[in-house]
Amino acid sequence: MAARSRWRIAWLLAGAASLAIVIYTLSLAGMRPVRLIETGLLAMTPLAFAAIGECINEKSGQINIGIEGIFLISSVAGVYWAEILDSGVAGILVGGLFGAGLGAFLSILNTYGKAEQVIAGMALNIMAGGLFQYLLMAIWAFPGIHIFPRELVVPRISIPIPGGELAVSPITLSAIAIAFLATLLLYRTLIGLRIRAAGEKPESVDVAGHNINHVRILAGVIAGFLAGLGGAFMPLGWFGGLVKEITAGRGFIALAAVVFSGLNPLTALAATFIFGFAEGVAFTVVVTPGVKEMVPFHFIQMTPYILTIAILAAFVASRRFPKALGKPYVRE
Amino acid sequence: MVSLTASPSTRLRRLLLKLGESLLAVVIGLIGGAILMLLYGYDVGVAYSALFRGAFGDVSGLLETLAFATPLIMTGLTFGVGLRAGLFNVGAEGQMYLGAIGAIMVGSMLRMPPLIHLVTATVFAMFMGALWSLPTAFLKIYRGVHEVVSTIMLNWVAFWLVTYLITYQLADPTRAERALPVQETARYAVIGSSLTMVFPVVIALALVTFFIIWRTTVGYELRIVGYNVEAAKYTGISISKSILTSFIIGGLLAGLAGASQVLGRPPHWTVFATMGNLINLGFEGIGVSLIGRNHPIGIIFASIFYGGLLHGGRFMEFEAGVASELVRAINGIIIIALAVPGALQTFRQLVRRRGRGGEV
Repeated sequence: MAARSRWRIAWLLAGAASLAIVIYTLSLAGMRPVRLIETGLLAMTPLAFAAIGECINEKSGQINIGIEGIFLISSVAGVYWAEILDSGVAGILVGGLFGAGLGAFLSILNTYGKAEQVIAGMALNIMAGGLFQYLLMAIWAFPGIHIFPRELVVPRISIPIPGGELAVSPITLSAIAIAFLATLLLYRTLIGLRIRAAGEKPESVDVAGHNINHVRILAGVIAGFLAGLGGAFMPLGWFGGLVKEITAGRGFIALAAVVFSGLNPLTALAATFIFGFAEGVAFTVVVTPGVKEMVPFHFIQMTPYILTIAILAAFVASRRFPKALGKPYVRE
Repeated sequence: MVSLTASPSTRLRRLLLKLGESLLAVVIGLIGGAILMLLYGYDVGVAYSALFRGAFGDVSGLLETLAFATPLIMTGLTFGVGLRAGLFNVGAEGQMYLGAIGAIMVGSMLRMPPLIHLVTATVFAMFMGALWSLPTAFLKIYRGVHEVVSTIMLNWVAFWLVTYLITYQLADPTRAERALPVQETARYAVIGSSLTMVFPVVIALALVTFFIIWRTTVGYELRIVGYNVEAAKYTGISISKSILTSFIIGGLLAGLAGASQVLGRPPHWTVFATMGNLINLGFEGIGVSLIGRNHPIGIIFASIFYGGLLHGGRFMEFEAGVASELVRAINGIIIIALAVPGALQTFRQLVRRRGRGGEV
């Protein structure tokens, strides 16, 4: 155990070092390091929310492949309610509630319905993809895109750092806080113990007199709520609008971060920062004069996905997952 | 899952049961769609009647429906063959993009005699599709990377790669928003509406796949791996070989799906930089495969049904103002219903009890 965590810390340090080198190189090419980190933090936020939630969900013995779908639906719901309530933060919270509802729905399918979880999740993604565009037409009567008033985007606050100021969304800060809270929940509370037991040895939870299905649905609701916050953050904390490709595979990148982390919320947070940073670099390179002419932006757009595959290929074999992951509980 | 051999009468009963489940799921999907329309004040009657009249109401509609079904049969089989081997191959989308670009490369850049050109372009497209499925297979076999995540990532890489190629390398000089259309020599003959001779080719390949999966040793091993990995190991079947086989078959079929949209789909005979005529056909194959119970013959009929929804969706949009993408939401609801054996079982028990005299 100690050896494993030492390795993990070593890898994270190596990652931080290579990150520093990348930032330095990019700054030589004329990009400002602070902007890179700012964009990286924005791109990290939805991934972090979803990945932290999914850590809890998978600890309880379920897989949610449908994060992408939750992102899509909660982004529309978030924007719709933000316009009604005239507040971006309220919109993000409503997005969370929609996510919680979808999480509960998937968990009920997983537990009481004994659903094939990967297929149910994929189905949610497909449904959400269609629903997203249907809702855009039904609500705003315009196909494929919706831009809302700039004031609804949650304003960023600036934090003084050595060498300047860093503009960070308060939502990003709350995502970081939630990673710590999730760790406490999982490892320091009775509910966390039950969630972990539900994934590792469901019989024990049952014997102790608790309903496995309820424990898993609770985990699914928490995970869905967090994914919903992430989904609504994309338009309301970052892009300032809705387009049909808004998620662009981020739900699956979050899943990759979960796999990388071995279901540890804090490691997942670190992983999502790396993925987010890669995306931030891609965004910045695409708009930086002098660099954007050298490489077609199509190739830069590929980097987050290739990086995700590479990191998974390097690390997945060394991860251990709950024994009952993906299996509905049947009392013997 | 089904046992590998069964007597004819139990087989028939199972077949009817599965048909019933698929029909039930379709009904649930259509009800879900109706609820979504009611929520936003659309006229459900007008929408659905426009949809089904447009899709199945006359000969030209029917031909168009079959044209929409063509790529779905292939992408459905990609997912279906994967599932038979116990894999969730949701990479048909990217493999199909590569197939389409392969078809354009050979079809529009090279000059060849008529029939040879067509065959070369088709085969090359299938090869490209299979090539794009290999990284996923190797990542699964050697590194244990889950195929859902790696295929989705590769779908996006394929998306950007193909848009790059269309925009910079294969662009039509007269119309920059699309790739060069394939030459006359590389086009499948038109049967009627936008249905071409690629349809019979696709049907033939579906039957070949059926033969491989159910009548050859390779297919038998593949199904055993999907049915029970432990048992397969015990009998000395190579798991890696079966995984690789299923991904390669899937990639070949997905490649043909892409080619069918280029070499066999008038009026454009090419792909646009936005890929509007390709996008989502791979994902829709998942639903098609599940409605068709992962069986080649079932998938053909499910594709015709879903092809009808896609084609009829345009009429629904035109006549009732409902966004045609609603059809995809319906597809998702159908898949959810099919993913939940518990729900369908409960429903069956309910029906059975009612039938016995209502002592529910």
